[in-house]
Amino acid sequence: MSALLEFSAVSHAYGARRVIDSMSFSLQDGEIGCLLGGSGCGKTTVLRCIAGFETLGEGEIRLSGRVLADAAMAVPAHQREIGMVFQDYALFPHLTVEDNIGFGLSALARSERKSRVAAMLALVGLVSYAKNYPHELSGGQQQRVALARALATRPRLLLLDEPFSNLDVDLRERLSREVRDILKHEGVSAILVTHDQHEAFAVADKVGVMQGGALLQWATPYQLYHEPVSRYVANFIGQGVLVPGKVSGPRCLTLEVGEFCGLLPLGFAGGDTVDVLLRPDDVVHDDASEQTAVVVDKVFRGADFHYTLALPSGQHVLAQVGSHHNHAIGESIGIRLELDHLIAFKRE
Amino acid sequence: MPKLPALSGLTRWRVLLLLLSLLTLLPLAVIIPAVFSPDPAIWSHLVDYLLPQLFLNSAYLMLGVGCGVLLIGVSLAWLVAVYDFPGRRFFNWALMLPLAMPAYVMGFSQLGLFDYTGPLQSWLRASWGDSSWVPSIRSTPGVILVLTLAFYPYVYLLARNAFATQGRRALEVGQSLGLSRVQGFWRVALPMARPWIMGGLMLALMETLADFGTVSIFNYDAFTSAIYKAWFSFFSLDTAKQLASMLVLIVFVLVVLEQRARGRRAYTQSGRAAPLHRLPLQGGAAALAVLFASLVLLLAFVLPFGQIVWWSYQSLEAELNGDLLSYSLHSVVLSALAALLVCAVALLLSYAQRRAPSRVNQMLARLATMGYAVPGTVLAVGIFVPVAWLDNVLLGLFSSVLPQGTTAILKGSLLVLLLAYLARFLAVGHTSVDAAMHRITRSQEEAARNLGWFGWRLVTRLHLPLLRGGLMTALLMVFVDVMKEMPITLMTRPFGWDTLAVRIFTLTTEGEWERAALPAVAIVLAGLLPVILLSKEEN
Repeated sequence: MSALLEFSAVSHAYGARRVIDSMSFSLQDGEIGCLLGGSGCGKTTVLRCIAGFETLGEGEIRLSGRVLADAAMAVPAHQREIGMVFQDYALFPHLTVEDNIGFGLSALARSERKSRVAAMLALVGLVSYAKNYPHELSGGQQQRVALARALATRPRLLLLDEPFSNLDVDLRERLSREVRDILKHEGVSAILVTHDQHEAFAVADKVGVMQGGALLQWATPYQLYHEPVSRYVANFIGQGVLVPGKVSGPRCLTLEVGEFCGLLPLGFAGGDTVDVLLRPDDVVHDDASEQTAVVVDKVFRGADFHYTLALPSGQHVLAQVGSHHNHAIGESIGIRLELDHLIAFKRE
Repeated sequence: MPKLPALSGLTRWRVLLLLLSLLTLLPLAVIIPAVFSPDPAIWSHLVDYLLPQLFLNSAYLMLGVGCGVLLIGVSLAWLVAVYDFPGRRFFNWALMLPLAMPAYVMGFSQLGLFDYTGPLQSWLRASWGDSSWVPSIRSTPGVILVLTLAFYPYVYLLARNAFATQGRRALEVGQSLGLSRVQGFWRVALPMARPWIMGGLMLALMETLADFGTVSIFNYDAFTSAIYKAWFSFFSLDTAKQLASMLVLIVFVLVVLEQRARGRRAYTQSGRAAPLHRLPLQGGAAALAVLFASLVLLLAFVLPFGQIVWWSYQSLEAELNGDLLSYSLHSVVLSALAALLVCAVALLLSYAQRRAPSRVNQMLARLATMGYAVPGTVLAVGIFVPVAWLDNVLLGLFSSVLPQGTTAILKGSLLVLLLAYLARFLAVGHTSVDAAMHRITRSQEEAARNLGWFGWRLVTRLHLPLLRGGLMTALLMVFVDVMKEMPITLMTRPFGWDTLAVRIFTLTTEGEWERAALPAVAIVLAGLLPVILLSKEEN
């Protein structure tokens, strides 16, 4: 499968401030990608570069092999056939829902335009709102109109800028799945930008974690969670703690609670001191285990407990435990580590 | 002793609002019936000799000025809000400067510049021996040009703010849907800014309809100048009333048209889009932008202001005397009194709306501030008629007590003039006071009550300190507006109370432009204050 979008060694600066620093990634046809990062990490600027609203300082952007922009030239934004859903939706307040959706279709014949708009309305489930004005809709409905408007022109790539940030949490989760289904149904490739990890995991096939204008890792959500390549990614994605350990073999580590061996070489020399990532789901509660830890804090989350446990050395770890195992703070409980993925970073 | 039944707090506010709404309702109630029951003799005279021309002239002016202010105001607003070019920051505020100059000052100054004896034509004759090909500025296009230059800032200001918040964004949305920038401007940015542009256009058209000074100077037959003439040259108050009713009708139609055009659409600015970088203009495009903005600024402010400054300089010795001092004093005293009155009432109005926010009360408050839409000439007639009636009643009642030969009690008194100002400018004061009032949240008030403050203490310790900025702005705005005001002052001032504006009217109708320049400069300098304030608020 060939790459649809190739973002190669792109840099961008606002005046003296470098917001994207030699960043590269590529997106396959039909894939949904996501750029994840805190505010000011440059993720929105990446989107604006792809859309054609910003010029490149260095590097190159290609769509289906054709150069869209490099340091010397840029295809005008309106000729790129790239759709965009804006953070504030940017619906046209003076047009009805159907006119908003049909806005980009002026090249089509009247009847074609009508049927396309009808199809889009059906796709996003807003058929009965065709004649309404945007302000008469709820936030979630406005969001879907914005999506339909962008999809109506059959863009080769769809960009979504923090698409769910204006919605409340409940709606956010539901709509993010819905948007994924719609995109997959239409076979549209897309890139979304968000600061919300749950949103990224719910929608995207590939997620890129950004920090300070650089892309730290571009991988599937599974890989990001279980195989983070840097401390920052490990901390940013999911929960977990880093505990000290010593390298005892090419694939093995010694921790306070015993020796563990992974499937892959660790890339450290024997005897090196390292920090090892322990996710809450790596620490398993087992009454039969001889290894114990003291409950320091607990959060009941309905389906499970999140315990903060103190190992004999005083080191804290997190444990995710089934909701029937209700233990009091101060109690000692038996634990066992299930480390399928050994992730270690050199001690700093 | 039997006690009168006490009015409840809410009722008291309602009574206050009712009284205030009478300020505009009463004059309108006096004027409007004339539309439906015209005096046959006057009516046939008007239809035969006056009305066709007046309607035609009003239509020309509105069409011409409407197109003019849209063209200049919107294009300048777009340039300044979305693009970057040399001098953009300067033009950003400098293009508001014509607001400081009343249209009638602009009018006689432009006449001086472009008339047969003016510097342009004199220079043409000296260089080429002929200037007869230059179209006369004393014409319909001439009046349109002057009013356009005077009123385009309304459209410019409102459109610029709309474009600044959503202009570049609108282009981007358009581009993401396959529109070029040019298409994006016409199909997205312009329609989205429509309510603001229309708001500016409405202001400009209202001012055009209400303009009295400029059309008088140009001897152009408009409703306002005809009302004045009917009353003060032909002494027919009934004709003036009839004409005023026609003018109110036009204003009413304008307001209804604007309301209907909006329909169900609601234009709120959605979201909190990050401020976007302006698009830089280069080379020829940048030069054109600078040239266009400079040309407008030159014609609308630099040249006319330079002209009156030059005249003032030349006539300084002859004109700088005790008379000018007394005109200035009258202007300042009247403006200050009116500003205080308007702000006090605006504060009451705002407070009433807050304390008793029912639908009826909101409507009454809107009625009370409607006077800004009523041209000054109409208001003058509409207030004079009931006052004259009241005077007759009072004279009948107290004839035994009053000295022999008393013909007026309220007529021609300062009180009537101030009430007329109040009716006309209450909206100006109310806007800024109310904006400040809205910034005091309900929870701030409740917090203060919770801490044990109430009644007058609450007002002086919470409200007034927080409202100070808004009140100062309101005072300044009203002060300057009254200073510039011409028709109401002219028509209802007490004997001997000539102001700078009245002086300008007297001199310009006699063609004594040079002598009118000094009072005009004084008014423009005062007018600069709110413009400076406005540009400061933005930064």
